[in-house]
Amino acid sequence: MTEPLPDRNTLSRQRRAGRQADHQLEPPVVRWVCIAISLVFVVVFLVLPVVVIFEQAFSKGLAGYLAALADPDTLSAIRLTIIAATTSVALNTIFGVAAAYAITRFRFPGKNLLISLIDLPFMISPVVSGLLFVLLFGAQGWFGPLLRGLDFKIIFATPGIVLATTFVTFPFVARELIPVMQSLGNESEEAALVLGAGAWRMFFRITLPSIKWGLLYGIVLCSARAMGEFGAVSVVSGHIRGATNTIPLHVEILYNEYNFTGAFSVASLLLIIAFVSLVLKLVIEGKHDSRD
Amino acid sequence: MGSAEITTRMPMLRNRAKSYGILPGFGLTLGTTMIYLGFIVIFPLLALFVKSAHIDVHTLAAQMTSRRTVSAFSVSISASFYAAVFDAVFGLLVAWTLVRYRFFGKRVVDSLIDLPFALPTAVAGISLTTLYSNSGWLGRIFESMGIKVAYTPLGITLALAFIGLPFVVRTVQPVLDACSRDVEQAAASLGARPLTIFFRVILPEIVPAILTGSALAFARGLGEYGSVVFISGNMPLKTEIVPLLIMTKLEQFDYASASAIAVVFLLVSFCIVFSINLLQWLSRKKYGET
Repeated sequence: MTEPLPDRNTLSRQRRAGRQADHQLEPPVVRWVCIAISLVFVVVFLVLPVVVIFEQAFSKGLAGYLAALADPDTLSAIRLTIIAATTSVALNTIFGVAAAYAITRFRFPGKNLLISLIDLPFMISPVVSGLLFVLLFGAQGWFGPLLRGLDFKIIFATPGIVLATTFVTFPFVARELIPVMQSLGNESEEAALVLGAGAWRMFFRITLPSIKWGLLYGIVLCSARAMGEFGAVSVVSGHIRGATNTIPLHVEILYNEYNFTGAFSVASLLLIIAFVSLVLKLVIEGKHDSRD
Repeated sequence: MGSAEITTRMPMLRNRAKSYGILPGFGLTLGTTMIYLGFIVIFPLLALFVKSAHIDVHTLAAQMTSRRTVSAFSVSISASFYAAVFDAVFGLLVAWTLVRYRFFGKRVVDSLIDLPFALPTAVAGISLTTLYSNSGWLGRIFESMGIKVAYTPLGITLALAFIGLPFVVRTVQPVLDACSRDVEQAAASLGARPLTIFFRVILPEIVPAILTGSALAFARGLGEYGSVVFISGNMPLKTEIVPLLIMTKLEQFDYASASAIAVVFLLVSFCIVFSINLLQWLSRKKYGET
């Protein structure tokens, strides 16, 4: 054997290819039936709902589609969604990086409890999440009288929408980063410190560049969810047209008014964001494969 | 700095390195994490529990045993359960196909699985309602068979199955991929038929993953609001789910009832998530993975 040893990934790829070739123990008909049922299922169950969105959105042609999007209430919903999403994504990104760094770089008691607590918002129904903030800041809530005294509205206003969105999207960045930073290890960071880099220099030159793809994907997931959040925001928003309506809430209003073209046109905006996040996931996975 | 000083400081340094490493920022990052977690998550949750602790037992009991609440819980739980079973069957099939076979468009199908994760729930809700209503593309076919989907519990189940599918596929996929083919080949060489191999060799290995995935789908379905609210028709006692009941109570400014139902609902979800973790812990213990 004069050939150099293949690295771990080539090995696993070869092993996988080998498996593909020699494992076909089941008769070929099973294979074709499995593929056929899976394809039909995915098309009917997952693709048709997407096709329906475009079919409905363009049912009055391109002009109808654009008219629905140019409506002032739609534009105001887009504006509010962008405000809420950028604020909550920024907050959750800072938190996510800090949490992932603390969890993966240090040993401390209660770490598993902390990880479970970070996951908590995923387990809570969006409607209950919204309710939490109504109980705190609503007219009858704990801080209700105080806020009325200060003449500051949180519930049925933008701050409530930002809070609810932040709560719902809380775990995304941290959850995406923890496994990435775990697998990277901290040797290069330690090397940077030993070679004389300061703490922030180490963070910006070593830590951040090495986690950039994981971080980006976390941010994209977080933004997609933040822009699409419905239940929690619905509870705290008060549905004031042109004032406290986000894109999903505006879709609901249009739909309930039987303005289907309008509802699906606005919904198609959210669908595009969903597609961007799917494509980005593919791109990032590709990056990971080629880097390894 | 004399060498004596270094040697006296060394043991201390090494001790610290053992427990914390030399990396800076422990206080800053953990502090930020704790403060932010406290403000955004812990404090609001405490508020809910304190608020519901003030409700007297009789009101709580009356609220929880009212016909409408009981029916909402049973609709929510049964629809999520059937959706989880549906996802377990089709999720396993899709995961199996994606792991074991190569075919044209495999990568596209693989990324489409994440679509229900990525699609905002309200968008999924209106599009599924349109698709499965009497005049919709699929609703028409079901209608001709005498089955109504939209505005019935079946519609709720379908919406929840849509939302929950990725949980099963993404949980089963890696486990199925890691299944050792050697054991299958050994079984085949010893004369086992394909079906026997599937049920006796492969299935036992992936059952924990299927259970975990469908439990995740169940938990998600229980709390789901956006995709269900359109397709359910929201008839009290028939197609009203728990999140919608909480919403209705809130719209009537009945905060006490809303909190009472929410706390019970939250405890149910926590129990499910706790059993999922237990399930994963047990299967890890059984298979000795780390």
